[in-house]
Amino acid sequence: MENVQNPLIGGIIIGVASTMMLAFNGKITGISGIIGGALKKITKDDYWRIAFILGLIFGAFVLYVISPHLFQYEFKNSYLEMIMAGVLVGYGTRLGSGCTSGHGVCGLPRFSARSLTATLTFMAVAVITVFIRNI
Amino acid sequence: MNILFSFISGFIFSLGLVIAGMTNPDKIIGFLNIFGEWDYALAFVMGGAVIFNVLSFKFIKRQNSPLFGTKFEWPTNNDIDKKLIIGSSLFGIGWGIAGICPGPGVANLITLNPKAIVFVISLLLGMYIFKKTEHLWIKK
Repeated sequence: MENVQNPLIGGIIIGVASTMMLAFNGKITGISGIIGGALKKITKDDYWRIAFILGLIFGAFVLYVISPHLFQYEFKNSYLEMIMAGVLVGYGTRLGSGCTSGHGVCGLPRFSARSLTATLTFMAVAVITVFIRNI
Repeated sequence: MNILFSFISGFIFSLGLVIAGMTNPDKIIGFLNIFGEWDYALAFVMGGAVIFNVLSFKFIKRQNSPLFGTKFEWPTNNDIDKKLIIGSSLFGIGWGIAGICPGPGVANLITLNPKAIVFVISLLLGMYIFKKTEHLWIKK
């Protein structure tokens, strides 16, 4: 049950956070967009991006301190794979205008055909990628 | 107020990611491993988040403006174009390799694991490369 309950609770909490961003700030919580949109000369209109990212880091930090067992996992890829993966994720999310949070968590609830297409695409390609790597 | 609530939202979002297990690459790769030993956890994360937002967004759409802002920044682009497909595909490949997407990538920085840091630096590099080459995607 833990593999249903924790994910479900975590998912709802993610929903709450993205709902707050929309209800209070009018912003879509697409992490790739929040980060990507900050890669320029920052003006005061961008401070919310920095605040969100700092909150993200601080939240993980708090949990790391009180429940370090939540972080007992390894990064099994080689450094080269991490670099390749990072660049692909960075470039791809900007080109595709979103990631799992932007298109998935925020786009699907809006019944956006664009987000549905994006989500199905990155999910399918990721599944195929994992399959190929396992051969 | 925008800034304070952005910080709070980021904080809560992070709690959700970690509690859901989404910062653990094994959980992501496990979910994507539908042809092998499948870990269904991510389905419940996405399901929980999406269902919650279907309901909350319905309610939010009835409001005239956000609480601390002037307008809702609903996305305006509805095109399903090659940028969307190619971009999503490239993201999918990267995600399938490391099992990390932007949110968990940033959250994992607190582990101070060098690989997590390398991932984020590479993520920023990839985004920067896009910014500098974005004009190549514009049709003439």
